[in-house]
This record gives sequence, C-alpha cells and structure tokens, in this order.
Amino acid sequence: MNGTTLADQGRRIANGALVPLLALFSALVVGGVVIIVSDADALRAWSSFAANPGNAVSSSWEVVRDAYVALFDSSLGSGRAVSETLLEATPLILTGLSVTFAFRAGLFNIGGDGQFLAGAMASVYVGFSLDIPAVVHLPLALVAGVVAGALWGGIAGVLKARTGAHEVITTIMLNFVALRLVDYALSTEVFRRPDRSDPISKNVLGSAQLPRFDSDLRVHTGLLIALAAAYGIWWLLFRSTVGFGVRAVGASPSAARYAGIAVGGTWILSMLIAGGLAGLAGATTVLGVRYRLTGGFSNLGFDAIALALLGRSHPAGVVGAALLFGVLRAGATGMQAQTSTPVDIIVVIQALVIAFVAAPALIRAIYRIKAGRGTGPVAFSSGWGS
Amino acid sequence: MRVELRGITKRFPGVVANAGVDLEVDPGQVLALLGENGAGKSTLMNVLFGLYTADEGEIILDGEAVRFTSPADSIAAGIGMVHQHFMLVPVFSVLENVMLGVEPRTRWGGLDRSAARARLIELSETYNLAVDPDAQVEDLSVGAQQRVEILKALYREADCLILDEPTAVLTPPEIDDLFRIVGTLTAAGRSVIFISHKLGEVRHIADRIVVLRNGEVVGSTTPAESSEADLASMMVGRAVQLVVDREPSKPAAPVLVVRDLRVLDERRQEAVHDLDLDVHAGEIVAIAGVQGNGQTELVEAITGLRPIDAGSAAVYGRSLSGLGPRQLVELGVAHIPEDRQRDGVVGAFPVRDNLVLNTFRRRPFARGLSVDRAQVQANAEQLMADFDIRAASPQVATSTLSGGNQQKVIVAREFGHAERLIVAAQPTRGLDVGSIQYIHRRIVEQRDEGAAVLIVSTELDEVLALGDRILVMFRGRIVGEVAGADATRDHLGLLMAGVTA
Repeated sequence: MNGTTLADQGRRIANGALVPLLALFSALVVGGVVIIVSDADALRAWSSFAANPGNAVSSSWEVVRDAYVALFDSSLGSGRAVSETLLEATPLILTGLSVTFAFRAGLFNIGGDGQFLAGAMASVYVGFSLDIPAVVHLPLALVAGVVAGALWGGIAGVLKARTGAHEVITTIMLNFVALRLVDYALSTEVFRRPDRSDPISKNVLGSAQLPRFDSDLRVHTGLLIALAAAYGIWWLLFRSTVGFGVRAVGASPSAARYAGIAVGGTWILSMLIAGGLAGLAGATTVLGVRYRLTGGFSNLGFDAIALALLGRSHPAGVVGAALLFGVLRAGATGMQAQTSTPVDIIVVIQALVIAFVAAPALIRAIYRIKAGRGTGPVAFSSGWGS
Repeated sequence: MRVELRGITKRFPGVVANAGVDLEVDPGQVLALLGENGAGKSTLMNVLFGLYTADEGEIILDGEAVRFTSPADSIAAGIGMVHQHFMLVPVFSVLENVMLGVEPRTRWGGLDRSAARARLIELSETYNLAVDPDAQVEDLSVGAQQRVEILKALYREADCLILDEPTAVLTPPEIDDLFRIVGTLTAAGRSVIFISHKLGEVRHIADRIVVLRNGEVVGSTTPAESSEADLASMMVGRAVQLVVDREPSKPAAPVLVVRDLRVLDERRQEAVHDLDLDVHAGEIVAIAGVQGNGQTELVEAITGLRPIDAGSAAVYGRSLSGLGPRQLVELGVAHIPEDRQRDGVVGAFPVRDNLVLNTFRRRPFARGLSVDRAQVQANAEQLMADFDIRAASPQVATSTLSGGNQQKVIVAREFGHAERLIVAAQPTRGLDVGSIQYIHRRIVEQRDEGAAVLIVSTELDEVLALGDRILVMFRGRIVGEVAGADATRDHLGLLMAGVTA
C-alpha cells in the first residue's frame, strides 16, 4: 500500500503548479505594460489620452497582442517553432537538474557554467580527435562530458567536505577557471581549427554527433537524454537509498550525521552528480547542435538556478520550467523580427516570473489564495548563507 | 498592573487552541500556567502578547479593555514576554540587545549609548540581575542570556512579564537564580505569568495556578490546596503515578566498558578526564550533573560522534575507537540525542522516513539501491501503534508533531529493534508528564529485556526515578557513585556542586 491516492497526488501537483502558473500570468501582464511603455506609437497615443482615450487603449492592446502572438507563434506555432523551443529547453533541463540535485543535498551549485564548459570541452575533444565507429564514439563523447563535468563539480564538493570552503564561492571561482581554460585550449593547436585564427575548435566528427529526429529540424536526440536524466534523477532522489541520504543531509546535516549518514561523502557525491548533469548539458550542446566549442559563458548555469527555483527543486517541475524558458527564448527572436518589440523584453518576463515565484506570498496576496501547508523547499530563494 | 483575560477563544484551521479561557493576575503576583505540551499555553500567551488576535474574548488591563494587533501594542501597554527560545542577536553586546528598537537618541540624532547604559545598570542593580553590559550575547551562558531577555522587557517598562517555560533550558543553580529574580520582580509590584509543565517548580513559585487542558481551563488553585499528584491528574485528566514502577535490577555481564577515557571539546580542552565507567546488561546507570561538566562530550565519544583522545571505550569487547555512528548502530548501540530537534529528527521529513533514518540502507527497507516504500510504510504503521505516536498519518512532516511525539519517534526508531546498549541524553527534557511517564516505562522495559542503559540527565527527578546506579559527573570526572535505592536529593545535589564527602 502506498498511503497516497492518485487523487491526492494530482492535487499536490496542481497545488505545486498553481503559484508558478500565476507567476507566469502576472509576469506576462507586467511585461505587457513594459511593451506598451517601450513602444513609440502606443506612447504617443497615451500622450493624447485626454483627446482620444479609446485610441490609447486600443493601440496599446494591439501592440501587446501583436508581440505576444508573435512570441507564441514563433515558439509553438509550427513544427520548426516547436523544434526550436525543444532545442532551447534541452540543456536547460540538464542544468536545472544539476542545481536541483545539489540543492536537495543542501548545496548551492552556482558552478553550472564551469561544469558545462568542462563537459563541452571534453566532449568536443573526444568528438574530433577519435575516428571510431559511431556506436562507441558517440557514447564515449557523452561519457567524457559527464565525467569532466562531474570532476569539475566534485572539486567544490571535496573542498566543502574536507575544508568547509563554501560551495558558492568555490563554484563561482571554478567557473572562471573553466572559462579561461577553454580560452587557453582554443589557442592551442590541439583544439583550434587550423584554418581559423579566432578561438574556435575543430568540428565534431559525424560519428560523435547526436542524431536529429528530422534532418530539417534542429532539435536532436539530446532531448531524450535530458528527459531520461530527469526521470533518473527523480528516481535517485525519491526512490533510492542514495537520495534518502542526500535529502536527509540537505534537510538536517546534524540529524543525518547522528543517524550515521556520512555528511561529507554525501556532499562530494552530490556535487559529482550535479557536475555530471551540467557536463552532460555541455556535451549534448556541442554534440547535438553546435558541433564545436567557442569561448564564453553560456549563462545556462545561472538560468538553471532560476529553473530550479521555478520548478520547486523537483525534476518534473524543472522540465516544465525548462520548456517554459524554451518557449520564451525561441519566441523572442521571432517576436523581434515580426514586431518592433525588442528581444530584451523576454529577459524582463523571465526575471518577473522568477521574482514572483521567489515571493509566493506576493502571488498569494494578489490572487487571494490561502497559504498551503508547508510545501517542500520553497525556501530556495531565502536559504542563502546558511 | 492587573491583567485579565475574559473568554479568550482562538481557533486554527481544524483545532480550537483556546476555548473561552478566563485568567487574571494581580500586581505582585505570580500566576503559573500549567499544562501539557499542546494544551494551549503558548497560544494563550501569544494572544496576550499581541502575536495572535483572539477570535473571541477580551483583554482587560487595569479595568480597561484593550486590543492588541501586534507585539508593539502589548509592549507599549506594559506587557513583556521572554520566549522559550530567546530572541537575541548573538553578535550584539548585552547593551545593544537591550536597547535594540528603543534606542535613546542624542540631540544630534546619534545613539545615546551612555544613557542606555546608565538605565541598564540601574535596572540590573534594582532587580539583582547581574550581567556585563559589554559582553557579547553569544558568549553568555543560557542563564545569563535569559537575564538579558528579562532586562530587555524591564527596559521597555514591562509591568507584567510572561515567562514561557523559563526553566526548560536552565541548570539547577540557574533555576534558583531565576526564582530569586522572580521574587524581586513581584516584590516591586510587577506581575509574572509563569508557563511551565514542571509540577514541583510551579508549586514552589506560584501564588495561583491555572491548569489548561485541550485549550480549556480545567482548574484554578493554589499551591497550598493542591499536591503535585493533584496537579498532574488535572493536567493529564487522569490519576498519574510520578514514580516508575520497577523491579530491582539484575545486572549481568558488562556491555559498555570505559577505561581512562579522555575526550576533548571544540576548543581542544579536556572535557572528560580519565573516566572509568561500566554499564552491565540489565541495569540502568544514570549520570547526574550540572550541564557542561563533560556529559555531552562523554556521550558523543561513546556514540561515535567525537573522537576518543586517550583511553578506551568498548561495547561487548569491541573497541569504539575509530568507529562512526553508522558502525555503532550496527553494533546495537541506540542513541537518544540531547537536542532532539537538531540531532534526533529531520524535521522536514515525514514521520515514516524518520523512523528508518538509521536503518534505511538495510534490509528490509532497502532492496539494492531502491527503498522499499511499502516496508517503510508498514514499519511506520507498526511503530506508531506500538509507541503511541500521535500523528495524523505516517506522511506528515515530523516538525509538525509535538515535542513529546517527536521524542517518541526517536525512541521508537532506536528501541524498535533489539539493542544491546542504549545511551539516552536528556531523554525527557521539555516533555509533558504523560510523555515522560511513557518514555521512562519504555526505558525500564528495555532494561528488563537485558539492554544496558546509560542515562545522562540534569534533572534529579529523572535520575532518581530511573537509575539503578547513579554516578555524579563534575568537571569531567565521576565524583561519586550512589546506589539508586539509597540516593537522596540532597546528597546528589552536593555531589553535583562538586562537594565530596
């Protein structure tokens, strides 16, 4: 017997999704106001509000409607649009899982970018340097990315467990180390493309590339890997003894220690897994769509923190949040092309969603929802420095 | 100030925390509010302090009805509250803590520290509350921190002082100090509401006693009219026996053998000096002592949480040096930690998970890497029934349980499988009479089944109730041993204070 009925579970999920959905709605509303304010025509209509109030309202409405229609049309309106959305979501799912897993162990993994770069670098290297059949080449390139990311994350875990160095500091610093390491690697003959002088790596061979579902669409099988990882991480966290220990350490390190759970070992393991997930994000990105490595942060590691918050540190929530961000990002380009609305508005909407989710009390007050029972790690946004 | 509560009712979703409670305190009086955990004492006081607003009823101060919507209102009206968990800024000095929020200003708008200091010193002299204004709060003992809280209330001109379970965290000498302070306060005409569930204390200090049960007043009496047994039966709703019924012990082979043990504390100072200790199967050894005399370090060393610096400790001949808590669990050592909320349970976890916190990696709860949730659930249902754990279901978060039920969760987990050695530190601190009685009975049961039991407690009643042999610890050493049957309160008290015959 399980103790919880299906209806219970359904209600729990609905409750969990309510605040994020209302946050999205509120963000779109506020984003609409920003669109109006940044639109010259609409502003002009408002300046002559007294003379023609109907015009101000209707032209504002048109601007916002056109922008949002373009946004959703170019993210969900066609097969190609959906492909772009899923392509954007793939690495976000993995980095979001990375932050989530570490957070469940009570750690803030701010090192997603560094781990992403470490993974991408290792995968690219294996991808262009070995000439072997795809059956072994592709898995090997993926594994290389996971291992490199895991090691990069693991450094922070070991430092935390052995010396008490705060993981927020060490992972941020390791981001810069990884960034410069990639810059350096791209300046060496090992990595740099012979015919180019700018920092760009050799191309991943076809045998190490992730296959696409359709040759016309950019979305690739990395999406399936990400979804499988989400399921695997859910199982590991909520159904395995490993996850039991991880969650116990995350919720109360002292009680976990008294019960005989090795706290330091759990931290190291969690950072290895978190790093491995971010490394896998790097691997799928270079093996699935870019086929080469260039310098610079992807910022996926930072967005991942927002995703974990939005997804309430639950793998299913992270997948949902990553898809939402995928919609916004894929739609942003189309919106800018079709209307005069700048792409930056998407950053505003993303930020607003996160701000609203981080302040559930605000959403509850706006929509007059009764406070639910203590639900999970809502304290994500207020747990810093502990 | 005369404080009256009339017909106070406070409802929370699903529960009535207070139902038509009447209460009055006159100036210069100590009113004790007695009741088990969850009886509604704290809710009632939070209503008086303005943290909650009552659904019905009124608060009357000196004959005038008042309405509090926040603690600021009640403080302004002359009510002060010392919470069980102190509300102090640890890195601020005593003076800074006391003036925080009501800082006197100089003419230029700066902090007028000297005015505040003068006032603080005056108050601490008037009420005999010795405390250094410049000491940092985190360096102070718990007793001194409590004095700071009282000074804080007095600085805000509190006429009526609410003390929420003030003795729960204090050592016996600190309790005596507190009682003296309460005497000074009432002599100066202030009234005190003293929340407690310790019967002896309440009878000692109160002028009047009001007993709450399930949110209602079930009795209003005075110490002269009611014995401890009367009060206990009012609290629990049935007659209770305050002494544990038990046969004389039949000690068998030694289980825990400690020789010349030396343990260091955090500052690398010797906390336990060359200590010898034997605990035999089938006996309860109780270690009495004022807190901070090395008991914590001793327990941590025996349970694998702190390294042994020198000497030896062995369970059934197996040395404990280098073993961690996990190996000790496997050796059959059960541990009830001193700080149950921090170290005993993961508050955010459901009850069923806390019941397997130290066994989830073993069969039947684990099958390979996966947790057998059906087994975990079945185990929880079994233990909750066996140990009378009152929770709505095995799925509710453990932090929502009352203190007594949280402790039962720990006891159930630790006693649930056959144990050879049980180490229990302060097993009933802060619990109500019913829970104390229950846990004591369980401990004696384990002894009768052949477990060796080591109890560490700062409460003499507990040591006397349980110990077959009583050892007294002072400054890291055992300074006396008394057979449980021959022990007297006075003798133990002297030993605890370091006086050896």
